[in-house]
Amino acid sequence: MNEINAARDAQWRVELRAKMSPKERTAIERVEMPQLDPAYRITCNEEVNQGINKEQAMREASRCLDCNNPQCVTGCPVSIDIPGFIKNIERGNIEEAAAVIKRTSSLPAVCGRVCPQEKQCESKCIHLKMKHNAVAIGYLERFAADWQRTECGEQAVPEIERNGIKVAVIGSGPAGLTFAGDMAKHGYEVTVFEALHEIGGVLKYGIPEFRLPNDIVDFEIDGLRKLGVRFEKNVLVGRTITYDDLHEMGFKGVFVGSGAGFPRFMNIPGEQLNGVMSSNEYLTRINLMKAGRGGDTPVLHGKTIAVVGGGNTAMDSTRTALRMGAERVILIYRRSEEEMPARREEIGHAKEEGVEFMTLHNPIEYLGDEKGRVTTMRVQRMELGEPDASGRRSPVPVEGAVEDIPVDVVIVAVGVSPNQLVPSSIAGLEVSRRNTIVVNEATMQSSVSDLYAGGDIVRGGATVILAMGDGRRAALHMHEQLSK
Amino acid sequence: MNKIVAKEQFSTNVTKLVVEAPLIAKSRRAGHFVIVRYDDNGERIPLTIADSDVAAGTITLVIQAIGDSTKKICGLEPGDSLHDVVGPLGQATRIKNYGTVLCCGGGVGVAPLLPIIRAMKAAGNRVVSVLAGRSKDLIILEKEVRESSDDVIIMTDDGSYGKQGLVTAGVEEVIKREKVDHCVTIGPAIMMKFVSLLTKKYEVPTEASLNAIMVDGTGMCGACRVSVGGKARFVCVEGPEFDAHQIDFDELMMRLKSY
Repeated sequence: MNEINAARDAQWRVELRAKMSPKERTAIERVEMPQLDPAYRITCNEEVNQGINKEQAMREASRCLDCNNPQCVTGCPVSIDIPGFIKNIERGNIEEAAAVIKRTSSLPAVCGRVCPQEKQCESKCIHLKMKHNAVAIGYLERFAADWQRTECGEQAVPEIERNGIKVAVIGSGPAGLTFAGDMAKHGYEVTVFEALHEIGGVLKYGIPEFRLPNDIVDFEIDGLRKLGVRFEKNVLVGRTITYDDLHEMGFKGVFVGSGAGFPRFMNIPGEQLNGVMSSNEYLTRINLMKAGRGGDTPVLHGKTIAVVGGGNTAMDSTRTALRMGAERVILIYRRSEEEMPARREEIGHAKEEGVEFMTLHNPIEYLGDEKGRVTTMRVQRMELGEPDASGRRSPVPVEGAVEDIPVDVVIVAVGVSPNQLVPSSIAGLEVSRRNTIVVNEATMQSSVSDLYAGGDIVRGGATVILAMGDGRRAALHMHEQLSK
Repeated sequence: MNKIVAKEQFSTNVTKLVVEAPLIAKSRRAGHFVIVRYDDNGERIPLTIADSDVAAGTITLVIQAIGDSTKKICGLEPGDSLHDVVGPLGQATRIKNYGTVLCCGGGVGVAPLLPIIRAMKAAGNRVVSVLAGRSKDLIILEKEVRESSDDVIIMTDDGSYGKQGLVTAGVEEVIKREKVDHCVTIGPAIMMKFVSLLTKKYEVPTEASLNAIMVDGTGMCGACRVSVGGKARFVCVEGPEFDAHQIDFDELMMRLKSY
């Protein structure tokens, strides 16, 4: 925070603040994100949010009051100097804005797209207290990152003093990539081991192209390569090589960011029928394996596709199903829309694109034909009862209110559990009852002293930015430990 | 990229490939499998490891060309490469001295059975192997199986080699003549189903190695789930071997027809 305050005192910032009164700034309307037309976008896989232009960005940036005590920063899991980058945009120095973000976030173009800003930085914006819309911090972050990628040419690689110490990263999702980038900048020789044939983890297999184009993820990965990070695909630590092998190979520290890739099912009758699959399977077949887009991997199609769940993965599945040609896509969620964990923007996009929302309904059984293919989803109507442990009102069945819906494909998006493959292979590693790796939350160090962990393997199922925050914290503390 | 160093055609549709994969050669155990991709657009195909050579850094895969992807893979020649090979995946076979172990394989199932036969023999078991195929040319790896078995019975559907009849006839013959303590079966799901029904009748504990549809092979997608004892289990990380008497083979066969 001290650095952020010091930056605020820079002469240009003081002058910029004086240029416009807070009243003038708050009077400006929040920018709207230009989007592809829903009718067009469901015919292709192009990114829905088109991004704002420089003029829009500078105007939006001028809405920011550059507060004395910027609360937005406290809402950011990695404490980006938000006013610092926004004011650089306002004065037109976009490259510097991007540099400010890069100091704390290793994947700004990713976060600018998939972070739930409305629940984080933007939820703390002073504008909200004055009954105005929050500054569009997420749009501005994305703008700065995209500008740097497309307008600033080849990025200069910072001079790094190498210390020759080898560290290993297990998993190349947001936690692992962030950790790798930070450690490389500290001078370590970083090798990232990825079990799949692609680098990027959930950014590649999970989040669809129309929300996060692969080019953007690849650009960030290339940036890490330029920092000297090595990537080894098709290596499953715990299987292909063991944790002990890593030591023999000279690695002095290991970071586990292996994610939460174990799909949950509901254990209801008929769930094993063909055509009922996890959202992980559906999205992996399409996003990672390019099913229907030139890949050899097939995916089941159908006229009517039902998606069960209310999170971002459920939204991604519904919208992917539309793009794969489904005529009717129904989202089934057992609570009401208000309780949905998905981002409001994703819910809005799904609705605009024609997804039918069937809230307060829960599947209780699937019925199939003689070949074992699902044909019918039996749903139970629900109503909201008392709040549960999560504070959300828990759904209770309405007696007798059961109906059958004809379906061709059902996608189950009711959450994931941590993948035990890596943790179970490391002797002495403390694991919780939910199979997450237990860490010291301040340092991300596990019960095995040279092993740190972060992201969903610790949290069970969270967001890209929280995973990044973990990777960052782990890097800081492993660096401290290894520097002793 | 993993280079093919040797190739052998077992029959029209069955090909043996020896593939460079030094880390997997070192870490794999009997029962493990790998996932391979032909090229950058390729499917992820699970294949059980038939053998490995740690010194040469190779693993041996026996592949039946049944779909487009396996046909392409079988078309590879020495010097060509597989785009990706990852593993070893799954749980290794529970190897111990059971007493007498009956190993029964059908078709290409004999390939993944071979390392189990060897490991069971090395653990001090009396190993009786039953190999089955539609006809003589579909009986594979007989010599290697004989080297590690105390007795071998060969069954062909058409009687062109060994005895005429289904694999179950051979299995029943063994169970009737001697005490069998443990059985391992690998082959087509329908074959394993009937072996399992038979060994259940004679109360011989049996493990079956399942060949479910998979995508990632690391527990991520759940495509391979199968009901074992009424519970959905993931073949890729919890299997591929399960207590055969608990497996819902009809469901497995239904799910194998998914695509």
